[in-house]
Amino acid sequence: MGSKKESTFVNMVGALLIVTLISSAILGYIYELTKEPISKARLNKKITAIKEVVPEFNNNPDSAKFEIPVEGGAPVVAYPAEMNGEFVGVAIETYTNSGFGGLIKIMVGFEPDGTIYNYQVLEHKETPGLGTHMAEWFKPSSGVVKKRNVFADWLFGVKPSSGGDSKSIVGKNPGKVKMIVSKDGGDIDAITAATISSRAFLDAVNRGYNSFKSHYSQTEKEVTNE
Amino acid sequence: MSNVKNFTKGFLKENPVFVLLLGMCPTLGVTTSAQNGLGMGLATTFVLVMANLVVSLVKDVIPDKVRIPSFIIIIASFVTVVELSMQAYLPALFESLGLFIPLIVVNCIVLGRAEAFASKNKPLASIIDGLGMGLGFSLALTILGSARELLGSGKIFGFQIFDGSYGMLVFILAPGAFLVLAYLISIVNKLNKA
Amino acid sequence: MEYVIIVISAIFVNNIVLSQFLGICPFLGVSKKISTAAGMAGAVTFVMVISTIVTYLIQKMILDKLGIAFMQTITFILVIAALVQLVEIILKKVSPSLYQALGVFLPLITTNCAILGVAIMTIQKDYNLMEGVVFAISTAIGFGLSLVIFAGLREHVDMMNVPKGMKGIPIALVMAGILAMAFMGFSGIV
Repeated sequence: MGSKKESTFVNMVGALLIVTLISSAILGYIYELTKEPISKARLNKKITAIKEVVPEFNNNPDSAKFEIPVEGGAPVVAYPAEMNGEFVGVAIETYTNSGFGGLIKIMVGFEPDGTIYNYQVLEHKETPGLGTHMAEWFKPSSGVVKKRNVFADWLFGVKPSSGGDSKSIVGKNPGKVKMIVSKDGGDIDAITAATISSRAFLDAVNRGYNSFKSHYSQTEKEVTNE
Repeated sequence: MSNVKNFTKGFLKENPVFVLLLGMCPTLGVTTSAQNGLGMGLATTFVLVMANLVVSLVKDVIPDKVRIPSFIIIIASFVTVVELSMQAYLPALFESLGLFIPLIVVNCIVLGRAEAFASKNKPLASIIDGLGMGLGFSLALTILGSARELLGSGKIFGFQIFDGSYGMLVFILAPGAFLVLAYLISIVNKLNKA
Repeated sequence: MEYVIIVISAIFVNNIVLSQFLGICPFLGVSKKISTAAGMAGAVTFVMVISTIVTYLIQKMILDKLGIAFMQTITFILVIAALVQLVEIILKKVSPSLYQALGVFLPLITTNCAILGVAIMTIQKDYNLMEGVVFAISTAIGFGLSLVIFAGLREHVDMMNVPKGMKGIPIALVMAGILAMAFMGFSGIV
């Protein structure tokens, strides 16, 4: 076994100091080593989200990004996408603070005329199984209707969804379609039993659209005024 | 004890979760899916093995009165290594596990094994103990995660077994964790008595 | 108004034990009698609030300034360990009976995930010092509340006919699950 070191004051302080110094040195090294992969992973996540929500592009939306101020809140970030120099769409990183669990961040892609191309949920703290459905709920359903087991549905109390695309926001233009839950008089069906999350989600979408409109109609005005 | 016995005791007889009742917080907190449970289990196993190894190597050089703080520094360092590496190379898993990754440092299993075993045994035995306990922990977490994921959403490891609308949501939420764990423990108690 | 939301959220809606799963070890270990549960809750409150203040200051004034945020885990847990040692020394002098009753669970406060969890969450949620203190106090109240309720339930169940396989921890966990379900009812408030 070997003799244990005596717990004199010098020995104790010395041992702690050495252990701390060695681990700090090792951690500092690992930190430097992983700094680049970490920022790369973060950037990658963003570019993947942008790719999902706007039409095909061959510029670098992240290097072209800019902020659009929002009245009474934090700005949203816009990532414009271009194909061969032609503006094909913009991904707007928008947010809402009215989620059930607080902050929800989504990436919404708008075509040049304001139609929603697609969206992706980036960050949220919503209830699993309820608010978390927003990742897919507001997208068009796959089209194939699965045959349902009527007995199992009855046994477990499952009501098959009414179908139709009143849930989806994809392909709709917030300038023409009211992005508010049908319960509040709008045109979009909320997630079953998750009205708060749905309202918050649409709040983020509208914030994104309003920023899009305020910035891009401004630039339009500038162009037509020349 | 023989190396084989040392390794396998962590799986059933002295399973850290089901028998020793240690490491409850991550057990209940991250097992919303089988993948999360497995990921957390393996991350903790890494810290367990490395911490056990280092503690066993330095046990004769650290004065007795400061051994707990020293162990804590050693464990916390490896936890930070796991944090940084996961952030860099497995960002999706890092986000799912969230707060529970730095909390590995207060996982009673890690400090418990360092104090109870590694500080009194040779490095090789300590590595095997860490590995056995860690894998037993991972097994427990994966089983719990699979049960909750299956009952709650009809999936295991992301594979849809039956349609999600028949799932009972409560199992993915907080109460489900307590309930499933309760029955798993009573099953393991029965198995250990046999 | 912000503070009211923090308080209600920490005690009821996002109760640290019943919905965030932090602090389970003492929750299961010390909840057999109401008196020890109350004593533990008091000790945890003290450590939680002081450690939140100290770790907050260390994060803002040292870690962030020097760009060594990755040292957070190590420094935080060392602060907590030191504070627990302090509490042990104080308790031994001031209330030896409580010190005896808490026994081995007192040093185990160091590994109470709730304390480290609250310290890290205060930084993650970007609270200022005042909000952090309110958060810590409310979380400790929530912890104490769930501990005392649970101890009361366990004292009752001890006098009943529990099936052999479920005696002890399994039935306690089932009770915890039902208690967690009850607390989920608070989720509409904020």
